[in-house]
Amino acid sequence: MMADISAMKERRVVVTGMGLVTPLGVGVEPTWQRLLAGESGIRRIASFDPSDLPAQVAGEVPEGPTAEGKFTLSDWVAPKDQKKMDRFIHLGMAAAIMAIEDSGWKPEDEEGRCATGVMIGSGIGGLQTIYDASLTVASGKARRLSPFFIPSALINLVSGHVSIRYGFKGPNHSAVTACATGVHAIGDATRLIMLGDADVMVAGGAEAAVCPLGIAGFSAARALSTAFNDTPEKASRPWDRDRDGFVMGEGSGIVVLEEYEHAKRRGAKIYGEIIGYGLSGDAHHITAPAEGHEGAFRAMSKAIASAGLTPADIDYVNAHGTSTMADDLELDAVQRLFGDHASKLAMSSTKSAIGHLLGAAGSVEAMFCMLAIRDGVVPPTLNLDNPATESPIDRVAHEAQRRDVKVALSNSFGFGGTNASIVVRGV
Amino acid sequence: MSEIADKVKKIVVEHLGVDESKVTPDASFIDDLGADSLDTVELVMAFEEAFSVEIPEDAAEKITTVKDAIDYIEKQKSA
Repeated sequence: MMADISAMKERRVVVTGMGLVTPLGVGVEPTWQRLLAGESGIRRIASFDPSDLPAQVAGEVPEGPTAEGKFTLSDWVAPKDQKKMDRFIHLGMAAAIMAIEDSGWKPEDEEGRCATGVMIGSGIGGLQTIYDASLTVASGKARRLSPFFIPSALINLVSGHVSIRYGFKGPNHSAVTACATGVHAIGDATRLIMLGDADVMVAGGAEAAVCPLGIAGFSAARALSTAFNDTPEKASRPWDRDRDGFVMGEGSGIVVLEEYEHAKRRGAKIYGEIIGYGLSGDAHHITAPAEGHEGAFRAMSKAIASAGLTPADIDYVNAHGTSTMADDLELDAVQRLFGDHASKLAMSSTKSAIGHLLGAAGSVEAMFCMLAIRDGVVPPTLNLDNPATESPIDRVAHEAQRRDVKVALSNSFGFGGTNASIVVRGV
Repeated sequence: MSEIADKVKKIVVEHLGVDESKVTPDASFIDDLGADSLDTVELVMAFEEAFSVEIPEDAAEKITTVKDAIDYIEKQKSA
């Protein structure tokens, strides 16, 4: 039998910093305000010509001045270091810097630095960098390969670069669980703090797989939407009867997690608390969830139980909801778990506005849950014009809703049959 | 200053992101210009590309300053 983790709850874990880089903008507020306004970050792919590919739309981070909530790489990474990092590291660095500055945490001594760790993951890592390097090798120029190729592509190098920049000498780790990465990173980092391995952890995910190989690969797996190439903003439509696959997004969501007393002692601003975390495996199929999404059911059940709550305590669910056939399986699992409480529940999929950020999705969406609690408003599910399946659950179609959200749950599921749920509340 | 020296300087400025005034003949890539060992590998590759020369590993290891690089390339080019 597994150990009772309630004993560890003496060390509570709160969020004291946030950083977001998404197709809706750079910065927590630009992204959140546009999300609540019902705006979409999905466009025709602009970073390369997608004409040869079946899927031609994606959520790309908007380029432009930082002051306008857009992305200017040199504001985050010095020019001489840029070529040493794939784009997923660029986006991860921006979100991490934002989160750390937001938290105001600057360890003054060696003890503080050793008690501060990093756990930033990615679903795929430096795909474009690997593609470019393979072309160099294939053209007979293996000796011309950059010495920075490997460290530029490695998934755990966001964690590495963050630790080097800030001198954080605590646990340096990285979650890699496809589209569940972001939740696993925050959940596992929370547990490291609970267990006393660290007092502060910088945690989340970063992804930049909107590149020809990434789009072609997910297209080959028949996972991407292809029917809305001419109307990009309509392409991501979770639960809608006309949905035909997910829309790839890029970006990063990173939080600063901190032991509660530690945060209080230094007078830190507290966004909320991570109170529950649940993990499970499907043991079923590499890309498809099992019937009834029983793996999701178990992950959610464990997360709620580990928070010491029951399903009736949950006010808002940020669904995995990718705009694929699996949406209805998740819906089914949520309905079974929440029973009579389902009619009081709000559940939305913010992937309808930003697309699927793969390894960054879970951390971005956990932050949306915290912001929903802070502002008493739940973000909408865009394009849910005709639900494929009726449900008593309010899926917040088209427009954000004012709601008193005290506790929220976020789901993330990944290829390989990996599931993770996280429960957060205000403090 | 020779054409080669100018070009070497330009490559160093570009790759290491340092101010041109710091790239003096005696400047050491690692001690004065903030390079690490991977940076110097890349720098040598950039010289090879720019000057169409081959710099074998044992020679590359001896190129530690701006002047070392200029001298080596000038010698190769005049040979």
